[in-house]
Amino acid sequence: MSLFLHQLRGEQRLYWRSRELAFFTFLFPVLIFILLGSVYGDDKIKSEGVKGSAYLLAGILGYGIASTAFAGLAIVLVLRRESGILKRLRATPLPPPVYLAAAIVSTVFVYAIEAAALILLARVLFDVHLPTEWFSLILALLLGSLAFAALGIALTGFIRSGEGSSAVVNAIYLPTSFLSGSFWSPHAYPRFLEVIADILPLTYFIRLMRDIVLRNETIWSNWSEVAVVAAWGIGGLLLAIRAFKWEPREG
Amino acid sequence: MSAPAVSVAGLHKSYGSYEALRGIDFDIAAGEVFGLLGPNGAGKTTTVEILEGYRSRDAGVVSVLGEDPQRPGLDWRQRIGVVLQSSAMYQNLTVAESLALFAGYYRQPLEVERVIELVGLQEKRNARVRTLSGGQKRRLDLGLGLIGDPEVLFLDEPTTGFDPAARRAAWEVIRSLRSLGKTILLTTHYLDEAESLSDRVAVLREGRIVALGRPAELSGTAPATEIRYRRDGGDVVVSTHEPTRVLHELTGEALADGRELEGLSVRRPSLEEIYLSLTEGEE
Repeated sequence: MSLFLHQLRGEQRLYWRSRELAFFTFLFPVLIFILLGSVYGDDKIKSEGVKGSAYLLAGILGYGIASTAFAGLAIVLVLRRESGILKRLRATPLPPPVYLAAAIVSTVFVYAIEAAALILLARVLFDVHLPTEWFSLILALLLGSLAFAALGIALTGFIRSGEGSSAVVNAIYLPTSFLSGSFWSPHAYPRFLEVIADILPLTYFIRLMRDIVLRNETIWSNWSEVAVVAAWGIGGLLLAIRAFKWEPREG
Repeated sequence: MSAPAVSVAGLHKSYGSYEALRGIDFDIAAGEVFGLLGPNGAGKTTTVEILEGYRSRDAGVVSVLGEDPQRPGLDWRQRIGVVLQSSAMYQNLTVAESLALFAGYYRQPLEVERVIELVGLQEKRNARVRTLSGGQKRRLDLGLGLIGDPEVLFLDEPTTGFDPAARRAAWEVIRSLRSLGKTILLTTHYLDEAESLSDRVAVLREGRIVALGRPAELSGTAPATEIRYRRDGGDVVVSTHEPTRVLHELTGEALADGRELEGLSVRRPSLEEIYLSLTEGEE
């Protein structure tokens, strides 16, 4: 346990020291929220009967999880693999499961701070009411960040170079965020985009956020959404175990 | 005699149809500094990475501290130190933070300050890794390999790409490790490095050991001394294992004839040439 905490502290230091990473995965969603919230925060979302900023909060909580737990983690792990840091760690007595657990928990921790910041900003800037189902919210955020972290680690197995990592990851998580309705309501999307969105885990995570944050529902009454996110997470985990590599891809 | 710290017998390894190692045998005694010398592609890194537990082998028996690196016990990694061929470190940590992070992985690490001193980075203690020069990074790398106070240390080409001053500095560090009683396996393609640091050297060529012994013994396989001078506008080269006698005869003749041996030079074979004669392929 003390080894885990030691590594977790190291991961936290590394995260906040890397300004580019902290900016794009942590600060960027916050900026997008303020920006879009200022644009249509006061509009009414007819299909949901709530105001735009509240609706946006749920979407950006989803975008944040994709950028922090999925994209950020995947990019960092590919860079560390390609630079040989993971290989070097393998020669130390640090057990691989402890290493990965610390990397994931560190990511979850960053996302937790980000989620709290988003919820507070929504309250202060756009007068969105605070969620009432806190326990459900925390459970859902935890489930989501673990599932997306597992998917992020699985993705690293398919990225061949450090230089390509941001490009590949961005090409996946930005359209995903867009299609899943992170930035606005996906109701007006053409049919074929809706079909794609209906497969994506982020769609269901954002729906879960809307249920909990906008409608004050509990996580227990939204099993189908929980099941889809969890299934993706388990699929990601199985793939991660098979595909994750410690050594740089040669050639 | 106590068991060797590292022992390798009949080691074979192929990558596809390419035979990287074709039967390697050597032992390293506890406390010994052993140099694995050879050109690029000779199989040095493959050998070391098998011993470090990174690669599987096709045949042979390998033991490091009494264990098979392919199936090490839980504590085995507490007792070995690894410095890979290319330095890999967190660029945003300082020297001291990097060492402290790695120190936390070991049950009985050396003190961070002591390691900083050992690798001569006192002035860079609080500098971020990315601001260090290549040589300083490599010395920190060495420190990271050392922080767990390992019994056996693997150094894969620790000074490749260094300028001469940085190499000297790294050599000093490695010498101080030897005085701590560490068993060290060092690979290099610099002959002078192997000679000045190692107790024994194995010369590797195309997956085989072509010579093994103390550096002084290896020089015994030296090619002949060359005596050169100019005569009638052409260069004359005399190769001999008895330079004293040949030179005496040459100069005696020249004196008797009242000639000058123009451009006279006597050259002992450099270590480089000894090495090349060992590692040259059959024509």
